[in-house]
Amino acid sequence: MTMPSHPVAEESRAKSRRRFIQVVLGSGIVASIVSFLYPALRYMIPPTTGELGSDTVVAGNAKELRANSGKIFKFGSKPGLLIRLRDGSYRAFSATCTHLDCNVQYRADMQRIWCACHNGMFDLNGRNVSGPPPRPLEDYAVHLRGEDIVVQRKKAG
Amino acid sequence: MGSLGQVIRRWLDERFGLESLLQFAKKKTVPVHRHSVWYYLGGMTLFLFVIQVLTGILLLLYYRPSPNEAFESVQYIMTHVKFGWLIRSVHSWAGNLMILTAFLHMFSVYFMRAYRKPRELTWISGMLLLFLALGFGFSGYLLPWNTLAYFATKVGTEMAGQVPLIGKWLLVFLRGGEEVTGATLTRFFGFHVAVLPGLTTILLALHLVLVQKFGMSVPESVERQWTATGGQRREMPFFPNFALRDLMGWYIALGVLGALAALMPWELGVKADPFASAPAGIRPEWYFLFAFETLKFIPAKIWFIDGEVLGVLAFGIAGLLWLLIPFLDRKPGERWRVFFLGLGVFVVVFIAVTTLPTLIASLVK
Repeated sequence: MTMPSHPVAEESRAKSRRRFIQVVLGSGIVASIVSFLYPALRYMIPPTTGELGSDTVVAGNAKELRANSGKIFKFGSKPGLLIRLRDGSYRAFSATCTHLDCNVQYRADMQRIWCACHNGMFDLNGRNVSGPPPRPLEDYAVHLRGEDIVVQRKKAG
Repeated sequence: MGSLGQVIRRWLDERFGLESLLQFAKKKTVPVHRHSVWYYLGGMTLFLFVIQVLTGILLLLYYRPSPNEAFESVQYIMTHVKFGWLIRSVHSWAGNLMILTAFLHMFSVYFMRAYRKPRELTWISGMLLLFLALGFGFSGYLLPWNTLAYFATKVGTEMAGQVPLIGKWLLVFLRGGEEVTGATLTRFFGFHVAVLPGLTTILLALHLVLVQKFGMSVPESVERQWTATGGQRREMPFFPNFALRDLMGWYIALGVLGALAALMPWELGVKADPFASAPAGIRPEWYFLFAFETLKFIPAKIWFIDGEVLGVLAFGIAGLLWLLIPFLDRKPGERWRVFFLGLGVFVVVFIAVTTLPTLIASLVK
């Protein structure tokens, strides 16, 4: 026969048992809530769609572009700007303004690249010369392949 | 000055009378007897509905309701989006489980005759919610725009077209035209994410208010027993005793759901092609099988009426009578009690006999 334990000791043992069960149950519940929330939150972040297609695109035809004019072309999922200068040479830039993502255009009257949204101005090398744009436009390499004007992304670095 | 929690509690209490609400929840009781286990099915159905709402909202982030994009967008969810396969699988499985628990809830209420006065409207609101759940199932089935869904929708809407007088109108209304096309998909999408959720919210609120107002029904046999033993009712407090047990029920449902969704992910199938033949073994979701199978057995013509018309009409009338059960089962007496018990058993056996063989055959395959 065992000795009857002291009531105070018995009570504190019961308390620590209760505490133990609370911790086990509580952490189980927290863990399962996390396991429900994590997939849901992860699901909400859209997958990154890698830039499809190559780094080269045919932006236009040599016959279609007059001197001192420009046109927008599709470069992957983004717009590009192809310009034919007065001397007949070509330049190509990203058409996305570095300020707030608007599409820029070529202004023949000023011979500048202009963004209509906030009056940003770039020169014919793509440098931001006036207005709010913080950075120059990304510039692309232009080659002629027969009649095709081929625009190529410049290698980084 | 108490802790932040106490301060917030006091702030809310001063404005909304939180304390009286808690007192109310503590005073509310739930009867305890050998049939008490059936009380958990309604809560489980509600829980699964909440899961449907949450996973449905998640699916809406990527789903595109047009015939050119619907299938591809679901495919994208399942193959590209992180945990997309799981979210979609949970949505499909929870929908099926919800209809299953709703059916079980309905039959438990029927056999305990819990629809007796004063709970007639609780039964009717519950039955209407079950019809809406079937509507959710039917409209949601088409959204992935796969072959099975396409033909199931063709057959289902064609059945609606058999209803006398308004059939033609109903068919055009459901399909958004004469045929099942992109217009049908847009329409079903609208029903599934706007019309049905709106109606469900209203009816659900009514159903819960009625359950709250009248409390849980106690079966007659238990009530007689209590009266015989001196009127002593056995009850437990709703909060926390019953609420915690309810929570355990939800946890079990969640466990079953998680296991099904992870181990048996819902398939996507093949993209619908309106100009392809219907594939062999085509069948609707299991909860429409009883109607689908029964229609196979009805002869093409009975007297001068088309078989399908008769079948659809019979199901319509049976559904209406079932909805009105509380008003039909009013006469006291053992004979009527036995009649309605027999009717219930007949309906259960009928559904089992028409559903199970096809269901088991398709699962074994």
